[in-house]
Amino acid sequence: MERNQRLEMKGISKSFHGIPANQDISFCIESGEILGLLGENGAGKTTLMNILYGLYQPDAGEIRINGTPVRIHNPVESIFHGIGMVHQHFMLIQNHSVLENIALSYKDTPFFFPKLKIREKIETFSKSFDFNMDLTKKIWQLSAGEQQRVEIIKALLNGADLLILDEPTSVLTPQEIKELISILKGMKAKGHMIIFISHKLDEIMDICDRVLVLQKGRIAGSALTRDTDKTSLARMMVGRDVVFNIKREKIERGRQILSVEHLDVMGDKGIPALKDISFDVFENEIFGVAGVSGNGQRELAEAVTGIRAVKSGKIRINDQDITNTSPRHIYDLGVSHVPEERIRFGIAPGLFLYDNAILKQHHLKKFSQRYFLKYKEVKHHTKTLMNDFNVSAHSINSQIRNLSGGNIQKLILGREISEKPQLLVASHPTYGLDVGATEFMRNHLLMLRKTGSAVLLFSEDLEEIFELCDRIAVIFDGEFMAILDSDDQRLCDIGLMMAGSERI
Amino acid sequence: MMNLIVTDRYDISAVRSFMTNLLSLASGLFMIGLVFLFLGVNPFYAIFKIFSGSFGSFYGFKETLTKAIPLILIGSGLTLAFRAKFWNIGAEGQLLMGAIFASWTGLFLGNDLPSYIIVPLMFFSGFIGGALWGIIPAILKIRFSINEVISTLMLNYICADFLTMLIVGPWKGSTRFGFPGTDNLPDAAILGIIPGSRIHYATFILSILCAIILCIVIYKTRFGYEARVVGENPDAGRYAGIDFLKTTLILMIISGGLAGLAGVGEVAGIHHYLGYPAAVSSGYGFTAIIVAWLAKLNPLLTLISGIFFAGILVGGDAIQISLGLPAATVNIVNGILLICLIMGDYFLRNKIRLQLSK
Amino acid sequence: MEDMIVSTLERAMVAGTPLLLATTGEVICERSGILNLGVEGVMSMGAVVAFIVTMTTGEPWLGVICAVGVGMAISIVHAFASVSLQANQVVSGLALTMLGLGFSGMMGKPYVGKPLLIKMDDLAIPFLSDIPYLGKILFSQSPFFYLAIFLALTAWFFLEKTRLGIQIRSTGENPRATETQGINVSRIKYLSILIGGGFSALAGAHLSISYSKSWIEGMTAGRGWIAIALTIFALWNPARAIWAAFLFGFIFVVQYLLQPLGISPNFLSMLPYIATLIILLLISFKDPRRLNAPAMLGEPYKRGER
Repeated sequence: MERNQRLEMKGISKSFHGIPANQDISFCIESGEILGLLGENGAGKTTLMNILYGLYQPDAGEIRINGTPVRIHNPVESIFHGIGMVHQHFMLIQNHSVLENIALSYKDTPFFFPKLKIREKIETFSKSFDFNMDLTKKIWQLSAGEQQRVEIIKALLNGADLLILDEPTSVLTPQEIKELISILKGMKAKGHMIIFISHKLDEIMDICDRVLVLQKGRIAGSALTRDTDKTSLARMMVGRDVVFNIKREKIERGRQILSVEHLDVMGDKGIPALKDISFDVFENEIFGVAGVSGNGQRELAEAVTGIRAVKSGKIRINDQDITNTSPRHIYDLGVSHVPEERIRFGIAPGLFLYDNAILKQHHLKKFSQRYFLKYKEVKHHTKTLMNDFNVSAHSINSQIRNLSGGNIQKLILGREISEKPQLLVASHPTYGLDVGATEFMRNHLLMLRKTGSAVLLFSEDLEEIFELCDRIAVIFDGEFMAILDSDDQRLCDIGLMMAGSERI
Repeated sequence: MMNLIVTDRYDISAVRSFMTNLLSLASGLFMIGLVFLFLGVNPFYAIFKIFSGSFGSFYGFKETLTKAIPLILIGSGLTLAFRAKFWNIGAEGQLLMGAIFASWTGLFLGNDLPSYIIVPLMFFSGFIGGALWGIIPAILKIRFSINEVISTLMLNYICADFLTMLIVGPWKGSTRFGFPGTDNLPDAAILGIIPGSRIHYATFILSILCAIILCIVIYKTRFGYEARVVGENPDAGRYAGIDFLKTTLILMIISGGLAGLAGVGEVAGIHHYLGYPAAVSSGYGFTAIIVAWLAKLNPLLTLISGIFFAGILVGGDAIQISLGLPAATVNIVNGILLICLIMGDYFLRNKIRLQLSK
Repeated sequence: MEDMIVSTLERAMVAGTPLLLATTGEVICERSGILNLGVEGVMSMGAVVAFIVTMTTGEPWLGVICAVGVGMAISIVHAFASVSLQANQVVSGLALTMLGLGFSGMMGKPYVGKPLLIKMDDLAIPFLSDIPYLGKILFSQSPFFYLAIFLALTAWFFLEKTRLGIQIRSTGENPRATETQGINVSRIKYLSILIGGGFSALAGAHLSISYSKSWIEGMTAGRGWIAIALTIFALWNPARAIWAAFLFGFIFVVQYLLQPLGISPNFLSMLPYIATLIILLLISFKDPRRLNAPAMLGEPYKRGER
């Protein structure tokens, strides 16, 4: 069939449970163009692209390819129309080899001996784009950048003329980002169309020819990157000037709260996730751990809070050894935890809101008397929490699964800091929140710092790290590349440290 | 073109839940009717017979209550286990183990002790027997991550063989004319019945109490809370610092122990001796799974669903005799009703509407 | 003594055959992410259908084909509940077992205790069956024996070396990712459940028309459940299932070997079930990474969920 050279989306609208995710969105893209799709988390970028990829059906609007209206009911049809997509969370089978993953998606995979026959095809193909990797490796053995390349190969092998990349840089090191950009520029030169989804202004300005800004499901503006600048894009993106009202006062740090010595921890896959990590966190201090996700952050947070077993090394809270004790014991010593995958760890989705509000505190005297729970106090506490942390919900008697992500997040944060912890372990506390909620959350962290708590903050957002932290550790492949004061000049090389190529 | 639009339902009211269950049962009965039709039996007559046999007469209703005792005891215990997503399919074996323990107590201590000591002792030992048999899969699951469905089932078979071994071997009674089975329990060890019925009232009262107490345990206590969290999301349970081994052990002690109590009732209240495993357990351990499911895992509601299914068992017996149907019919009835309940759950969880589009 | 060992091993092969068939089916099914606890019931259905058809028509292979057809048909219940309705797979599998045991008991009632006079001859493979000892144990068996091994190997080939095999395994590992590759996940799961059901019924057919040549209620005696355990023991690999199943076949017949020694037959009949628990215990010490369990086994999958 003829190549897909011009794609148009016209008047696209889509809503979920009556909440609009896209409203009347129209744009077009042409051969040899890189279009940036910019917007905050929740602005509707992914929904729009999933419609284009056939995963959702639009409630209204149409898609035109080379001027002809088409309906895309499922991913097969979108592949047929030359559309390929690299999802933010890779759509790869972790336990399968690279070859098996590609065989799964390639449309001309033979029925018998699929791996054998497409192997050569992939190898000749990879050469022309300068990819090179071991095809028999399992996906979980690959780095994020390599996994992304597998996704790109999958799309290109299927003859994609239009490649959609959803937040492609969020899991990459700065070095890998450079490689990705050169791949994309190469594709552009070959006449491919690329839609690049991001909420990072710098990248959009770097890579894209044109940019489309989404805000709350609508188009907030569109411009050629050469005619615009970051400030005006930022204004379009949030609908107002972004001035975070966050002030970090100078406070002298107090005594040592957390001390970690020579910590070794195994990951889920049975390979070492943390290697010989040592650091301390003090009262009145926010200690940030920067790095690309998947380099041991989650394991560190879990080890400190007692969820994950420690292989060797020591963890102390207030000079008390807590290595491999129970999570409840550690909680009772004043360690709270806002976990990374909140829906997965932080809540019991089918239980009521008030049940979830005491998930970690239900054993405290306040809420239980011998064997019984004091539901009257629990409900009262829940209402206070909801007030203090702006959690909006139908009632405290609704199942928590019905709450939006942001509200769940606020409830969890509220739950974790309402008991005034000595140490708060916060993993990506603002991920997925809108601007207002982010500001609220960051101010709360600073307030904890001011009132004498220690905070161990994990974040991928460098802006957040620099804004909040007193000291910053950079983690790569389970090791700290550096621990520096946040005003240390050497931090301008943080990108290299995150990529593991510099160590201080 | 017509499209079925399926969306999640968030507001599940008690009334809707009740009505859905009722509709599920009704459609189940409809399908069972079709099976009867296929068997050449008038379905209306057969279904009428089932219910008139169990609820229509005083005699039938007394039988229904008799059979409801083990179903309520086991079913309410299962609601707790199932809430923690511990799939205890081994109530059969736990019941038998309870029966074995109680029989031992009755046979070997019952001659020397008065009734008011021996009967509580039998209940106690039956509970212990069931609980011990329930603890094994709990440990296997938590310590060795062995699927509890498989282990509880294997333990059913093992216990049945063990029981048979006892009654053809060391415990074989001298009054059985060579047939397998123990001697009758001494009189002191036999449970009192409500005159004119087979309802062994001690167990009957116990079953009602258990349903009520378990309801309080699940909804009001710390342990019930922890069990529910573990069942809803084990990862969150870990994060909240809940001790899985302890929680699972306790809930299997309760769940297995209650099945053990049911075993005591069957041996000391109905049969008065320990016979073949199939006769002792009568499949109550499996039927109770549906009892728990129909009760929406609420122990209090097992009082209703237990009596309902006991009625089906009694009515099933009645039509087996009067219409000459095979014993397996009860299995079919149970299977169909369970499937219909599952389907009902789907309509409870999802809103489905028909949309006409171009 | 020699004769006894040979005949024990020979019978171990016979006893292992239904286990191998059912395990192979369950492996395929679980690889697609569906836990099917209905094996016991479907096996029972297969047994009764094969028996009745063979008895009335005199054609054992027609009986086998009908059994497989019925086994697949009744498995639709589980497929519909667990795939289309995203129901709890434990409960829906149990319901399938109840239905299977119920219907088979009902249909088979008139046939209980009647002997099957039609014989399915053993198939002696020329030359190979003349090998001393081995020839008798491995190469002069019932056709089901060869069929079981052939099907297990085919299943292995099919899962590892074909496109559909990759699709089935991917579905069990990550249905969402599989779906975005344009594969109809529901269809794959339905297919796997039906294949699994066919295998279970085939195992039942072997029991009633070749192994015991009669029908009696409850004749599957927990073999379906053991097959589910063997699936774990075989690490979800049909090729490994071959020796796992015959090992259990041996455990099944070893009771007859030990009975003359004065050990209680009831104790001996516990052996397969105890062995199942022991095997699972041993497996649990294995590195979980290498267990190979399908990542999304037993998890309902809902399409297009955000």
